[in-house]
Amino acid sequence: MILIHCPYCDDIRPELEFAYAGEAHIARPADPSALSDAEWEKYLFIRANPRGRHNERWRHVHGCGRFFNAVRDTVTDKFELTYKAGEPRK
Amino acid sequence: MTRFSAFSLFAKALGGHQSWPELWPDAQPKAEYDAIIVGAGGHGLGAAYYLAKKYGITNVAVIEKGWLGGGNTGRNTTIVRSNYLYDESAHLYDHAVKLWDGLSQELNFNVMYSKRGVMMLAHNVHDVQSFQRHIHANRLNGVDNEWLTPEEAKEYCPPLDLNPNARYPIMGAALQRRGGTARHDSVAWGYARAAAALGVDIIQNCAVTGIRRGADGAIEGVETERGFIKSKKVGVSAAGNTSVIMQMAGLEFPLESYPLQALVSEPVKPVFPCVVMSNTVHAYISQSDKGELVIGAGTDQYVSYSQRGALHIVEHTVAAICEIFPMFRRMRMLRNWGGIVDVTPDRSPILGKTPVKGLYVNCGWGTGGFKATPGAGDLLAYTMAKDEPHWINAPYNLDRFRNGRLIDEAAAAAVAH
Repeated sequence: MILIHCPYCDDIRPELEFAYAGEAHIARPADPSALSDAEWEKYLFIRANPRGRHNERWRHVHGCGRFFNAVRDTVTDKFELTYKAGEPRK
Repeated sequence: MTRFSAFSLFAKALGGHQSWPELWPDAQPKAEYDAIIVGAGGHGLGAAYYLAKKYGITNVAVIEKGWLGGGNTGRNTTIVRSNYLYDESAHLYDHAVKLWDGLSQELNFNVMYSKRGVMMLAHNVHDVQSFQRHIHANRLNGVDNEWLTPEEAKEYCPPLDLNPNARYPIMGAALQRRGGTARHDSVAWGYARAAAALGVDIIQNCAVTGIRRGADGAIEGVETERGFIKSKKVGVSAAGNTSVIMQMAGLEFPLESYPLQALVSEPVKPVFPCVVMSNTVHAYISQSDKGELVIGAGTDQYVSYSQRGALHIVEHTVAAICEIFPMFRRMRMLRNWGGIVDVTPDRSPILGKTPVKGLYVNCGWGTGGFKATPGAGDLLAYTMAKDEPHWINAPYNLDRFRNGRLIDEAAAAAVAH
């Protein structure tokens, strides 16, 4: 069981309390009607899917319920750090 | 190549089975090939075989970073079926099922394709309606699929528990009789042996480290751990690592790689006659010819390349199996493992050309690639040989994520499949 640090609760809790919520820092388009098909494709479907360092969103569903961001290595599954939503990419 | 037959088996037995030749030679890379396949799983080896057999391109190399068939080909739950809802899917998967028939004879290698039937259990009114819709759609596409009452399902698969007080009562089932299982390793070995006999080089332990493109953007070849190999056509069939390979060519793909786990029990006497899947409880089970119960379910929740998953996912899967089949509650599980599956947004594969000239792709099979092995290999070979997709794989292009023509089996199955 992976242990994850929730930056809001400031506590290390088991993975079972958390839900994964996909790649982080994908901003919703500011002006959707101005987007081309290629830009929609990139926003909706294209994902970094790196082999290594991955910025991703998690939600502490069985805790404070809040979304936060994390950096995890996708080869070892080891969490490097977690940070609050809204903070810049780390 | 020694042709396997009862006679050759008998003749070799007289010599104490000491004189069997190797199934395929361990090839060293040449400087140039007419076509290169990246990834020696069932799909990649199948593509190499069909390139040589059906399309006359024999100067082919299959490059594999690990060992042959050691990725998802050797990690799946070996289920073969084609009862998909959409026309495009029915054509694609049934093309594969048609090739499964007779594959052992064609390859002269026993892939142990067993048409024992794939049964999908309906536990509620929604399941009943959804499966009956699937059955009608399948029949229109010439794919066999039939509705069974609970009693008929029990007759076909006696371990089913029809207790109406069960937490997940069985209200009926959809049965594809042509579905079943095959020996996954044999598929890779059979294709490798047959392809090598036609002149294909199979190069193991040789990771691709880069893809070289010319001034016009077209493919010139691949950089590997054993040096540069020239080729104007490169087909990528690298499952969970497709994103990584495509980034080498400067392409971003709509893929995410997740661990998918499976497990087997200790071997027992024949107790389970077919494949049973439950989308509602979310698990599937069959019994291998060796006697192990083979069990699987959905992917882990987060993107990973670790080839193992979290134990609580397995616990959930086993709990689901015990709900449907209380008789297995005291069965001991022997081992579990994970493979990395590449999942597309619509849960349908991407099979065809890419924006880079000379680069072809077969990926995005997600949790259901094994069943398609012969079909995917054949269609990738066709696309590479003709430089245009076959009508069956034409809808599975990369452009669909831009023009919106998704083949949304994710919504149709409402479950990883």
